[in-house]
Amino acid sequence: MLDSLSDRLGSALGDLRSSGRLSEDDINAAMREIRLALLEADVNFDVVKSFVATVKERALGAEVSESLTPGQEVVKIVHDELTKLMGEGNTKLELNGSPAVILVCGLQGSGKTTTCGKLAKLIEKQGKRPALIACDVYRPAAIAQLVTVGAQAGVPVYEHGTEMNPVEIARRGIQQAKEEGRDVVIVDTAGRLTVDKDLMDELVRIRNEVKPTDTLLVLDAMTGQDAVNTAQNFQAAIDFSGLILTKLDGDARGGAALSVRAITGVPIKVITTGEKLDQIEEFHPDRLASRILGMGDVLSLIERAEQFVDKDKAEELERKMRKNEFGLDDMLDQLRSIRKMGSLTSVLGMLPGVGKQLKNAKVDEGQLDRVEAIILSMTPAERSNPKLINGSRRVRIAAGSGVSVTEVNALLKQYEQMKKMMKTFAGGKGKMPKLPKGMELPPELQG
Amino acid sequence: MADPHQMFSGLGDVTVAEEAPQDEQGGGFFRRLVDGLSKSSKALSGQIQSIAFDPEDEAAWEQLEEALLLADCGVPATVEIIGRLERRVAAGGLTPGADLAPALAEEIADLLAGAEARIDVSHQPTVILMVGVNGTGKTTTVGKLAEHLRRVDKSVVVAAADTFRAAADEQLQAWADRAEADFVGSAHGGDPAAVAYDGIEAAVARGRDVVLVDTAGRLQNQVGLMDELAKIRRVINGRMEGAPHETLLVIDATTGQNGLQQARVFSEATPLTGIVLTKLDGTAKGGIALAIAFELGVPIKLIGVGESLDDLRPFDAGSFARALLGLGTA
Repeated sequence: MLDSLSDRLGSALGDLRSSGRLSEDDINAAMREIRLALLEADVNFDVVKSFVATVKERALGAEVSESLTPGQEVVKIVHDELTKLMGEGNTKLELNGSPAVILVCGLQGSGKTTTCGKLAKLIEKQGKRPALIACDVYRPAAIAQLVTVGAQAGVPVYEHGTEMNPVEIARRGIQQAKEEGRDVVIVDTAGRLTVDKDLMDELVRIRNEVKPTDTLLVLDAMTGQDAVNTAQNFQAAIDFSGLILTKLDGDARGGAALSVRAITGVPIKVITTGEKLDQIEEFHPDRLASRILGMGDVLSLIERAEQFVDKDKAEELERKMRKNEFGLDDMLDQLRSIRKMGSLTSVLGMLPGVGKQLKNAKVDEGQLDRVEAIILSMTPAERSNPKLINGSRRVRIAAGSGVSVTEVNALLKQYEQMKKMMKTFAGGKGKMPKLPKGMELPPELQG
Repeated sequence: MADPHQMFSGLGDVTVAEEAPQDEQGGGFFRRLVDGLSKSSKALSGQIQSIAFDPEDEAAWEQLEEALLLADCGVPATVEIIGRLERRVAAGGLTPGADLAPALAEEIADLLAGAEARIDVSHQPTVILMVGVNGTGKTTTVGKLAEHLRRVDKSVVVAAADTFRAAADEQLQAWADRAEADFVGSAHGGDPAAVAYDGIEAAVARGRDVVLVDTAGRLQNQVGLMDELAKIRRVINGRMEGAPHETLLVIDATTGQNGLQQARVFSEATPLTGIVLTKLDGTAKGGIALAIAFELGVPIKLIGVGESLDDLRPFDAGSFARALLGLGTA
């Protein structure tokens, strides 16, 4: 994986604390790293250049806060500027009109049809009565897909098959929406390349016909340098008013969104984060800034955990913890659900502030296998009541799992500690114990 | 000279069907590639041709670096190409005022050379598994590939193992009909591995030559879905030893540096035999292909330069590099 900008700046600037002020040399070294990090995040080359110039200006002579290293100070400046740049402008969907018309356009495969269904559902939740219009007459089964998505969202889909001209489909769709008292219509259009003059002209005709209250360009978060060309061409053709950034549930940094925001000045309005229809969210500029900079991905970690932790089991565990019934079986469950999230090294890599030492440390996954083997060599009675495990049982368990008695002892000791810790949580006021020194949250995460 | 029918190896003595389209149709392979790419490479070639290249001139090197980065080649591959050109200069192979473009094209071609390969269809049946993230054009590529196979007299079964996306099977069915291929599907939400299995069963029972297995788009960081993919592969392998014979990762040319991560993670779930680079007919330059070939050594086998059936083409490194720079046929 790519190094986060924080790490890179850390090594570029070292622990310089000379004057409490960033020197010109420090800044030049830092700017090179920022440039590389942004390029790796797919921020457009030209945008990188002007952005770095802005950051440099701000960094020159900036005071380094007492609590930060020069590297952290620069990261903070970069993060602030990114957040500022992406957060300006109206990010609300324009839903006033009779009906309000949302025109959705973009390249092939950016996620338009699915996004239309998500928008419909999101808008319906806001107390509106949306409808969908199927104008993609080109891709095989695109209309069938929208019909399915519409049914899932519980929103009507106006379609006229693939034989009719999309402009006419749009016109009739709006007519029908008016007749049926729908107050928002979402127009799904075919994916098109901006070099395809015929299709771009068609899009302009659709736009002129439906007179959208909001025209949204759908942009795949994985897009590279070309995002700028695409956005400029769409802007020249139909002057879109908002961006939807899709596939943010992937691990792309999403720098393309920054490029498009910077070049077109059009705000990012919503983001989509999964294949389910409710996986659509408002846009948080600070989160995307952290993501572009590769600063610890706590949110992904949480999402991953949610994906793999069984909710019922989690509740059961909580109950057991409160009653102090946490057994070795539960410890095994915990261990397994953590392992399902991926290798420990990759999980650690997602934590912000987990420094280079840990990232480069080889986590012994074999150790976890041994723990599993030890627990599996116990009888069910022993697992739920480890007090039963006396000396001779320990010898038996060690033999059964192919480890030494010392390892069995160590595991039991670890279990006792865990149980004690849980007792504190359960009995306390729900407050986490203070983190040991060296494990404080990095400044960007502290409230 | 690349011939579209050089897409496959292992065709045996089968002669190409008469109805196969001739190169002349639509201006031939090169014209189409250049047409598709010249739109996209105007900026790049414009910049490079404007360099009255002087190896002593720092600005010229910077411009070159900028052009490569803007094409999504990524920092490591860009550094590699620049390094190669610098070595060329040091060896006296590039003198002041010389035309940089052919030298650059040669270096790019050389970098990609090891990555050139055709699709082996010599097994009976040959199982080809198509994988990738959402929206790269997997289903469309399967459809086009079915048509190309029909044209070289190979009978095809397409297995719609994308049981997730709404109407994905209908989209594939439409392509299968066009290509006169057998279609194997399942109910929405069915087990994709079972569909792949059924596809092979059908091909064996009916004596078909190739099974194309389309899978649902999945983002590479979705562990559960990647496990599902690994299972599809295991089931295919369990039904037929040595299969899948080809596992192709479909990558969209507009993809940025995440393409590398896609190639890395997909190859962990199911070893990749090649890349299909789609949507090269837009403004995107597809430099990510260079980055993948350079960093991971996964060969690029096919490119997509348009929406029609004939727009799926065998990959040819030399012409790709030249077309990327807006150069004509050599």
